[in-house]
This record gives sequence, C-alpha cells and structure tokens, in this order.
Amino acid sequence: MTAVAPLALPTLPAAFQQSNVDYIAILPLMIVFGTALIGVLVEAFASRERRQAIQVTLAVVGLLAAAGSVILAASHQGLTMGLTDGATNRQLFALAVDGPALFMQATIVLLGILGVLTMAERFGGVGPDAFTPSGASTPGSATETAAARAGALTSEVYPLTMFAIFGMMLFPTTNDLIGMFVALEVLSLPLYILSGLARRRRLLSQEASLKYFLLGAFSSAFFLFGTALLYGYAGSVYFGDLSKAIASGPLAMNGLLLPGAFLVFVGLLFKVGAVPFHAWTPDVYQGAPTPVTGFMAACTKAAAFGAILRLAYVGLDTGRWEWTNALVLVAILTMVVGSVLSVTQTDMKRLLAYSSIAHAGFILVGVLAFDRQGVGAVLFYLVAYGFSTIAAFAIVSLVRQNGAEATHLSQWAGLGKRYPVVAGAFAFLMLAFAGIPLTSGFVSKFGVFSAAVDTGGATGTVLAVVGVVCSAITVFVYARVIVLMFFSDATDDAVEVMTPSVSTTFSIAIGTLVTLALGVLPSALLDLADRASLFVR
Amino acid sequence: MGTLVQTLASSSSTLSTYAAGLAAHEGEAHAATGVTAYAWLLVALPLLGAAVLLLGGRRTDRFGPVLATGLSWGAFVVGALVFLAMLGRGAEDRAVGIDLFDWIAAGSFKVSAGLLVDQLSMVFVLLITFVGSLIHVYSLGYMEHDPDKRRFFAYLNLFVAAMLLLVLANSYLLLYVGWEGVGLASYLLIGFWNYNPAYATAANKAFVANRVGDFGLSIAIILMFFHFGAVDFATVLGEAGTNANQGFMTAIGLMLLLGACGKSAQFPLQSWLGDAMAGPTPVSALIHAATMVTAGVYLVVRSAPIFEATPTAQLVVVIVGAITLLFGAIVGCAKDDIKKALAASTMSQIGYMMLAAGLGPVGYAFAIFHLLMHGFFKAGMFLGAGSVMHGMNDQIDMRRYGGLSGAMKITWATFAIGWLAILGVPPFSGFWSKDSIIEAAFIGEGWRPWVFGMTALIGAGITAFYMSRLFFMTFHGKKRWTDDVHPHESGKLMTIPMIVLAFGSAFLGLILGPTGFFNSWLEPVTGAEPEGAHPVIPVPVLIALTLFLVACGAAFAWLRYWRDEVPVTAPSGSLLTQAARKDLYQDQVNEALLMRPGIHLTRSLIFADSKGVDGAAGGLAALVGGTSSRLRKLQNGFARSYALTMLAGVVAILGALWVMS
Repeated sequence: MTAVAPLALPTLPAAFQQSNVDYIAILPLMIVFGTALIGVLVEAFASRERRQAIQVTLAVVGLLAAAGSVILAASHQGLTMGLTDGATNRQLFALAVDGPALFMQATIVLLGILGVLTMAERFGGVGPDAFTPSGASTPGSATETAAARAGALTSEVYPLTMFAIFGMMLFPTTNDLIGMFVALEVLSLPLYILSGLARRRRLLSQEASLKYFLLGAFSSAFFLFGTALLYGYAGSVYFGDLSKAIASGPLAMNGLLLPGAFLVFVGLLFKVGAVPFHAWTPDVYQGAPTPVTGFMAACTKAAAFGAILRLAYVGLDTGRWEWTNALVLVAILTMVVGSVLSVTQTDMKRLLAYSSIAHAGFILVGVLAFDRQGVGAVLFYLVAYGFSTIAAFAIVSLVRQNGAEATHLSQWAGLGKRYPVVAGAFAFLMLAFAGIPLTSGFVSKFGVFSAAVDTGGATGTVLAVVGVVCSAITVFVYARVIVLMFFSDATDDAVEVMTPSVSTTFSIAIGTLVTLALGVLPSALLDLADRASLFVR
Repeated sequence: MGTLVQTLASSSSTLSTYAAGLAAHEGEAHAATGVTAYAWLLVALPLLGAAVLLLGGRRTDRFGPVLATGLSWGAFVVGALVFLAMLGRGAEDRAVGIDLFDWIAAGSFKVSAGLLVDQLSMVFVLLITFVGSLIHVYSLGYMEHDPDKRRFFAYLNLFVAAMLLLVLANSYLLLYVGWEGVGLASYLLIGFWNYNPAYATAANKAFVANRVGDFGLSIAIILMFFHFGAVDFATVLGEAGTNANQGFMTAIGLMLLLGACGKSAQFPLQSWLGDAMAGPTPVSALIHAATMVTAGVYLVVRSAPIFEATPTAQLVVVIVGAITLLFGAIVGCAKDDIKKALAASTMSQIGYMMLAAGLGPVGYAFAIFHLLMHGFFKAGMFLGAGSVMHGMNDQIDMRRYGGLSGAMKITWATFAIGWLAILGVPPFSGFWSKDSIIEAAFIGEGWRPWVFGMTALIGAGITAFYMSRLFFMTFHGKKRWTDDVHPHESGKLMTIPMIVLAFGSAFLGLILGPTGFFNSWLEPVTGAEPEGAHPVIPVPVLIALTLFLVACGAAFAWLRYWRDEVPVTAPSGSLLTQAARKDLYQDQVNEALLMRPGIHLTRSLIFADSKGVDGAAGGLAALVGGTSSRLRKLQNGFARSYALTMLAGVVAILGALWVMS
C-alpha cells in the first residue's frame, strides 16, 4: 500500500463576493417584484370569481407600498452595491441607488398605478374589457363565452404588468451593461405579451405583438454586440470602470469604442422610439390594447430615458466627444420625422404614437445638454409627459362606435358638442402636448430647450431651434384635433363616449389635473427634479 | 423750483415712513398671528361660492344665491375680525404680510404669492365686503324672477373674490391676477343679459377699453422687473425713491396710469362706463360705482413712491383727474337715462379722487376717504335707481318719471340722503371728503393750485346741478308716467340695504372725517400730510364759495326741472347739450382716431398676411404635408423593412461618424 497522496483539490477562491446590501435602498424594487410573484400565486390558487378583484387590489396596494418605500429609500440614496469578483476586486453586477434612479422609480410606480387602473376597466363586464380571454375568438361570440366558462380569464395581465414595472424600475438603477440588459429584457417580455392581448381588432394586436418582439430582439442583439465591443475596449462592463478606461484612453482599442457605444445606445433608443429605430412604434401603439399603449408610452419612455441618462452621464461620459454627434443626429431626425409624420395621420392612436416619437426627440435635446440642469429638465419632462399621455390614451379607450374603439379621426368630429367634459379634457391634454403655457407641456419643453441653449453650446442651440420649429409643426396637428372635436359637425352619431368606472375616471382626472398643476405651479416638482439630478458613481 | 424742492422733501419723508412700514412686515415681529393669519379666507370664501355655483350647475339653483350671499357676509365677518385685530396693535405694527406659497420661480425671477394686510387694503376690504354683501342681499330681491340668477350670484362672488385679491396682493403680479379677475367678472356681468345684442356689444366695448389699460399695467410690470428685478411691493416701492432712474420711473408711472385709466374709466379710456350700465343695476352699484372702478385710484395710491419719484407722471395724473372730473360732470348734465347720468357722475367723482391722488401726500388720504364715502352714497343711489326701475317696469328715461316721492317713500328718502351727500352739504359724508379735496387742490405754488383748484370748485357746482336735475326729474315735479306703469315701493330685501347705505352716507363722514381718525389711520401707509401747507385761498372762504356754488347749481336745477314743466321728449338743446348727450363725441373721436386707422391697418395687414405670410406659410405647410405623405410610405407594415430601416440607420450613422473622425 503506498500512501496515496491526498488529492490536491484546488481550493475555490472566493470568486464572487456580495457587497453589503442595503435592503432599505432596494425596498421599492423588492416590493414590486414580490407583488408580481404573489400575483402569479393568486393566478394559480384564487377562485375565478374573485381573481380579478384580488389582482387589481394587490397590484395597486403593492405599487402604493413601493411608492411609500421610495421615500424611505431616499434617505439611503447615494450608494452603489452589487456583486464583486473577489479575485480582481471588480464590480460585476451593480446597482446605483441615487437621485435619478429613485426619481424614475417613483415616477414609474405612480404612472404604473394609473396604468393598472385603466387596464382594470370592465364597463360592467366580467373581465377587463380591453383584453381577450381567447385570442382566436371574436368579442361577444359563443367561443369567447365558452372560453370564459372554461376558466380562461385575463387577470394574468396584472402580474405581467408588475413584472414589466419591476424591469422598468431596475432599468435606470442598474450600474453596468449586463444588469441593464437583464432589466431591458425583464421589462420587454411582458410588454410583448400584453401587446397581443387586445380583445377587439385581435389580428392587428397579434401582429403588433409579433413585430414588437422581432424588432425588440433585433435591437437587443445590437445592445449585446455593443456590450461585447465595450468590454473588449475596457475589460469591464461596470460603468465606473468603463468611464475610467475611456478617460485613460487605451488608444490601441479605439476602434471599438465608438461602434460599441453607439450600438449600446441603439438598444436603448429603440425603446424610446427614436428615429431611425422608431418603425415599430406606430404599429404597436395602434395594435396594442389602448390601456397597455398608454402604460407603455408613459412608463417605458421614463425607464429607457433613465437608462440613457445613466449611460450617457456615468458610463460613457468621458468619451462623449466620440458619440455625441451620433446622438445629435438621432435627436434631430427624431424630432423632424416624428412631427412631420404626425401631420398626415388619420388614426388617433397612430397620431399619438408619432407625437410620442417627437417627444422622445425633445427629451433627447435635454439629455444632450450634458449638465445637471438638463438632467433635471429631462426628469421633469418624463413625469409631465407620462401623466398627460396615460390620461390621453385612457380617453381614447372611451370613445367607441358599436363597442369598438373609434380611433379614426373622422369619428371624433363634433365630439366636443355632445361630450364637452371628456372632449374638453382631451383638448387640454392636446394643448399640453403642443406645449401651450399653463400646461405641464410648456414647462417641460421650456426646461429642456433652455438647458440645451444654456449648456449645450452651439449644438445645443441648433437642437433647441430645431425643437421649437418641430413643436410648431406639431401644434398644427393638435390644434386640428381640437378644431375637429369642437368646430366640425359630427359625421356619425353612432360614436359615443362610454361612461367609465371609477378607476378609469380616476386615472383621467389625475392625469389631467397633474398636467394642469405642473403647468400652473411647477416649482415644487422642478425643485425636486433638480435635487434628484446628481448621479452616484 | 421751490415747488419741486418741497415735493422732493415731502416725498423723501414719505418714503422713509413707507420703507419703515414695509420693513416692518418683512420682520418676524409682524408675521401674521391670530385671526390675521386667516386673511386668505377673505379671498377663499367668495371664490368657493363662485366655484360651487358654477360647477354645481342647476343642482345649486335653489340654495345657490343664498349660499353666495352667506359666503359674502362670511368674508365681511373675517374682514371685520382682522380689522379689530389690527386696531388692537400700534400704528407701526398694523401692516402684516402673509406668505401663501412660492408661485413662480424661473431663473432670477421669483414671485411668492402673498397677501399684504395693511391699513390701506383694510379700508378696501371693509368697503368691498360690506357694500358687496349688502348688494348681494339687494340682488336676492332684484333678481328674484330671473331664471339665471344662480349664474348671476356666481359672477358676483367671483367679482368679490377677485377684487379682494386685487387689494390684498403683495406684488404687482398678484395684483394683476385680481385686476384681470375683476375685469372678467365685469365683462360677464355687463353682458349678463347677452341675448340683447346691444348689451353684448357694451360688454365687448368695456372689455376692449380695459384691454388697453391692462396692456399699460402689464408693460409697467415688465419695466419694474427690468429695472428692479422684482415685482413685489416691498422691493419696488422701497427702491423707487432711492436708486431709481428718472426716465424709468416716469415710464412706469405713466403705464400704471394707463392701467388705472382703463379700469377707472378716466380720460381718455372713459367711453366704456356709460355703456356698461347695460348690466343689471346691482352690478352697476357694486362694480361700476363703489368698487372696481375705483381700483385705478388704489393703484395710484399704492404706487405712491413711484409717482413721487417722478413729478411728470404725477402732474399727468392730476391733469387726467381734472379733465375727467369736468368731462363727466358736463356729460351728466345732458343724460336722460337715469343710470347713464349716474355713470357720468361716477366718472366725475373718480376724477376728483384721481386728482387728489396726483397731488401727493396732501391728497392720498382724501382720495381714499372720498372713495370710501363715494362707495356708500353712489351705491345707495344706484340701488335707489334700481328700485325706481323696478317700480316703473324697467323704464330708464327720467323724462318719464316725476313725482315719485309719493309712491316710493323709502327710495325717495334714501336717495335724498345720497343726493345731499354727493352735493357736499354738511354734515353729510360728501362734504367732509370732497371739500377736503378741493382744499388740497388749492395747495401749492404757481399756476397749478389756481387751475386745478378752480376746476375742482367749478366741478362741485356742476355736480350740484346735474345731481339735483336727476333727483328732481325723478322724484319731484309733475308725473310724466306712461299709462301702463303703477309705481310701488320695492320689497324689504331691497329697501333694507338702501337704508343701511343711506345711514352710511349720512353719518360715516361725520364719524371718520372731522375726528381725524381716517387720516391718522392711513398715515403709516400714505405718509403724513406735510406741515404748513395752506391753500392759496383761506379755508373758510373756500368752504363758503363751494357751498355757494352748490346752492346755485341746485337752485338752477330746481327752476328748470321742478318748477317748470319737463318736456317728455328731449328738446334739441344747445350745441353743448347735444355734444354732452353724445358723451362729448368720445365714441366719434375714438372711431376717427383709432377705429378707422385701425381698420385700414388691419386691412393692409390682412392683405400682406394673405399674400406674403400665408403664401409662405401655405408653402411651408404644403412642403411639410408633402414630405409627410412621402415619408409615410416607408411605414409599410412589414417587419422586415422595419428591421432593414434600423440596420440601415445604424450603418449610415456609424459611417457618417467614421467619415467625420
């Protein structure tokens, strides 16, 4: 027997070390994620009759709790945390809980509440009115009834929405490219599904869902490719390291930096619908169930701009001379194409889609100010636009002809004479989109443009001028809608405005009131946005 | 030169008191405490009423008017409590500032919305809430059968709220909000019976004339911001005398005066007031006699340091006041419409106030004092006129009245007191206020006291003539009624407010004037009356002269309109009468000077616009539309083309960047 040498087992290095997690700081994220998980369990175990009510309550309560916990987390802001590679002491997966992240989280949660409440509209039916329990059946048909009897309900939209909200909240909070990619997918996947669930004009909706998925996957590929190039350049995906690497400038790898940076931006610009990555926007906005469209337009935009801000101001800030021109080009294209194309739209939802593209361009102008003032202006803009747009889409979902949404512009003619309150609210929101004073739209546009002029240099001034010209073009579009509603005669009396339940009324009222309040007394939120405009590194 | 030195010396003393007063309410010692902290309720209560009545719609028809009246009285109670609290403090501690919220913060431009409760605003608060509430009560009777009376009361409450905001604001910007608010309420109420096109036109006319004035006020505010970097009273008025540029001060003063002229129907923006009588009579009493039209006087007195820094603007104020005073008096002599005659008289009386306000520290207190007295006696007479119209089937032609003293005893008695008050017969209230203004007008050196003093004096005589004419034609002489009228006294809801106002017209002057209470009350705000300033004619002689002229005017009216028969149709009259009947051709002048050139300008602009601007704009629009249609084709619905667009975009942009670097 020879002595067997003890097997030399390699000792495992402490490969991954978790830095100290401050649970209070990530409480909002945990609450929303937990609510989504509970929602899945409710789907499985709650009785069919009560599932809808439980899900809505759960979602709203969860979001309210998350909103409250943001205030709690605000006392713990200004820190980064995450997984560290023990061997190289390098950050791998990182979160940054700072002003912009928490501001965006609060915005997304509050807008999410309005979104959920609009989705819950039933018009006296069993399930939510906008969603189909079986994608193959026409509304009100025998197959649909049979599907409903067999237990196919649509209450899964609420957990899906909660997962999407979780992804959106994570998006501007992540402090590295991989985490950002995970958040991007977490928020996108539920949205792909939600877009395809429309009860009426189902084929359009399903087509929209598939297009959104295909193009979304395509843009994700760009994002990943860009990530790979940047990793090749810097040897890290962590924003802090990226910034340092660019500052020290390894010239040999310079060819990787510009394409890498731009490709990562492409993935994010796709989400906000910037030109030339906007083509999905009108089709998906039109096809998706209207409450989902409103939710998407408001919350996705907020989340994606939060991520763009962090990437531009923290991750790639030191290399901005390389990629700024690309973004300037995109911003100009976005404003021009969005506003020019909105002129010839004949469908209300497509019109709002192009309007959202134009707004994305205006917000980009604020991003390109490269200053704290610009960050504050962008944050304010996202809140203001989010509340207006959710209310606008909620109103669109009320205008019906024979039960189906009447989204063709001609169907809106003369609506103001028969439904002055609803049409008045919609006209007011149009004025806000146009940026007329005493609405939040004016304050937000003024904010981003003045930030660009003040600190953006000659480029900023050019952007602001283009922005003002494009705003003028869009004023025509919105004014036409108002004229149509109030000064044209109705072509078809069959168009009616449904009487909404309390939840939708609440969403519309809050959206409109916030639009007014931020127009008349903007200082409180401007202050808050300004105080929240510092990134942690 | 001597005058100038004296003016400057007096203004600097006023400034120091003013600055002290303003500094006082900046300090912590004079933060609002107790009931004063609730002064915002003054604006909030009537505003709540207006909101409930307008938003509540038909549901509030039944209780709305009573609710509005109750809330108006509520505002009066708050005002009275704040007044009592103010009485309890020493003269220097009475001004209190209340910060409400940060209103606008845009760069260096910061305005916090806040109230300034001082002696001057308190006088207005009490006048507005007390007379306003009485008129609410009167309207309950007057508008009893109007199907739309809920809307009427909503507007009345809106007016009270806006007027209180105007006088309580602590900055010119917030004042402007109230200023526009009363303009809106006035517009809505003049055109209240807008199914009558003439009335709607009258409302529009008032609106346009006021726009011109408001334009002036807004320019003044812009100039203030440009020069001082702020628009709150404390900064602007505190710095007006110290480091102010003379040219700027004159410009600001003149623009403020333009604003005041529009709102207070002063020359040359006076033409709207007569037509504004299209509104219901309680409106004429409250808005177009007692309160809103006096806002211009408030503005001038509040801005005293600005005017004192610019003798030029101050002189213009006096000239405008003097012209309007005579203008209104002459027009009043020829009007046969009872309300228009009263409107002309209002214009003339505000002319007196404006004249006094332009005189500087010697006149401020008297301007406000006359304003307060006028608020009582003129509102009382308007309510009397309403009561007469009520009894005469809404007839307004005085040539169809006569001998009403028997049929409407209470109306006659209360109107008589108002008549004696406006004539300035001692001891009624007008004597104490108007005579003081005439005396103040005679103070000074050189030509000014003689010109302005004589104007004020002669004005008093003409006033006596036209007011006596109005009184005699209505209540005395032979009955000239049309066949179908049966005059009767109005109900208690209408007569009680008239009686209350008559008491005020009779005794309020006696209580506040000779006791010196009013002047010492306002002194911390308006500055002390300079020592040793004496009229160029001794005071007793002046009083005698004034009373003599008044007696002459009244006697002349007695001869022509009581003793002699008054023809039912107006005789053609002298050239002056014809001119006065047509408001001294003010509409024609406006038309020739402003409207026709305006129309020509508009036409040529339209021509240039349709050919030039529209051509360009139309071309641009076509370009945008064409581009839009072409670009739309790219949106073909195929996911593959969308993906290709993305890829092409990435490649193109990257390529462009590559080339650039």
